[in-house]
Amino acid sequence: MDGPFATALSLIASGDPALMQIIGLSLRVTLTAVLIACAVGLPLGAALALARFPGRGAVIVLFNALMGLPPVVAGLVVYLLLSRSGPFGSLALLFTPTAMIIAQTVLILPIVISLTRSVVEDLWAEYREQLQSLGAGRLRSVPTLLWDGRVSLLTGVLAGFGRASAEVGAVLIVGGNIAGHTRTMTTAITLETNRGNLGLAVALGIILLTLTLTLNAAAWGAGQWARGRLG
Amino acid sequence: MRAARDTSPSVLPLSLEDVGYAVGARPLLSDVSLQIKSGRRLVVMGANGAGKSLFLRLCHGLIDPTVGRRHWASGERRAEAQAMVFQRPVLLRRSVAANLDYPLALRRLARTARREAVARTLDRFGLTPLADRPARLLSGGEQQRLALARAWAMRPQVLFLDEPSSALDPSATRIIEEMVEQFSAEGITIVMTTHNLGQARRLAQDVAFLHRGRLIEHRSSAEFFTGPETPEARAFLAGDLIW
Repeated sequence: MDGPFATALSLIASGDPALMQIIGLSLRVTLTAVLIACAVGLPLGAALALARFPGRGAVIVLFNALMGLPPVVAGLVVYLLLSRSGPFGSLALLFTPTAMIIAQTVLILPIVISLTRSVVEDLWAEYREQLQSLGAGRLRSVPTLLWDGRVSLLTGVLAGFGRASAEVGAVLIVGGNIAGHTRTMTTAITLETNRGNLGLAVALGIILLTLTLTLNAAAWGAGQWARGRLG
Repeated sequence: MRAARDTSPSVLPLSLEDVGYAVGARPLLSDVSLQIKSGRRLVVMGANGAGKSLFLRLCHGLIDPTVGRRHWASGERRAEAQAMVFQRPVLLRRSVAANLDYPLALRRLARTARREAVARTLDRFGLTPLADRPARLLSGGEQQRLALARAWAMRPQVLFLDEPSSALDPSATRIIEEMVEQFSAEGITIVMTTHNLGQARRLAQDVAFLHRGRLIEHRSSAEFFTGPETPEARAFLAGDLIW
């Protein structure tokens, strides 16, 4: 194992431009997807927690199930939508970073919605009468509950980030793993391993792991700090 | 603060007419008729499960009667000039000052007016040194004091209190009772529940006695404590368990 590890470390140490490009694109795609999923999923999940309508149970089950949606299936669906003969074919988005962002958003959204729903529903049970008494209607309660649940919600967002940064299937199908254009850390690892180019694969693996560890450590630290600070 | 409170039109009396509340086929309150008059301290008494908390929630507008009619003198469906302090108040996960600001922001008060009102309230309740502390990390007594301050900042004409001191030690209880008396002296109408007989004797001007979801006595506290009319109230005051 000395070979690939040594190569990996020297690639990282030298700041290999191809490597940096891959890391940059991966982060851009995943972070954008997380951002979009949060902007849509946090309010939607909170609304789902407070709303009562026929079929609500079915919607909740659907989103819970979609948390386990296989990335290749998400990729396939987005592929069909974006391919030339698909409904959005004229936008020519297939095999672009935008397509990858769309696919990853589809993957993360159910996680953010479901976890937000669960966190906000628990908070609502505690806050409901008090907020009503203070004069907050259901709609106005949504931002209050999201803000007061911020520490727990961070876990959901992080789970979304983890899923997006780790998956290969979706970005591979809609992105096409084009060098310098749509090649991410996970697709590159797949390709380089198949090629026997283990140095680059190991280097990317190390970086991916470090990134995930750092992010989780930061989130955990923030959570601890907030618990001590906010009660 | 006083002047503003006095010039706004009164939302009281609050009238309940043959009010009942049922969950499914099970009636939890029935045939409750009474008027909550301005400027009085009404203590709602009764055994556990008699419907005291429910009665308060119904008056406050957290739940609607399933039968009968609830009517504010102002004609509002739910009067704005009211507040409630819960047995276990929910404080928001933010600072003491931000907790006071929250209901004022809901009422669309301008930012400068809010800042003044928050500063005045902090000062009035001796909370200024705690203004930036996270509300959830205060002691039980401080939390209840903040809950009272938050209610007061909403400038209520009527304040509902549901067992406001049942989770507190005697000295914190004493502080809460003093505040209730001060509110009352300021002209705020008080409606509270308690299962502490001593507290009821100290604070009540009127007593409403509930038994199994029915209002069976509603009299001045002097009359109630010296000679209750019903055997249930007599037994309750004598400390018997009644069901």
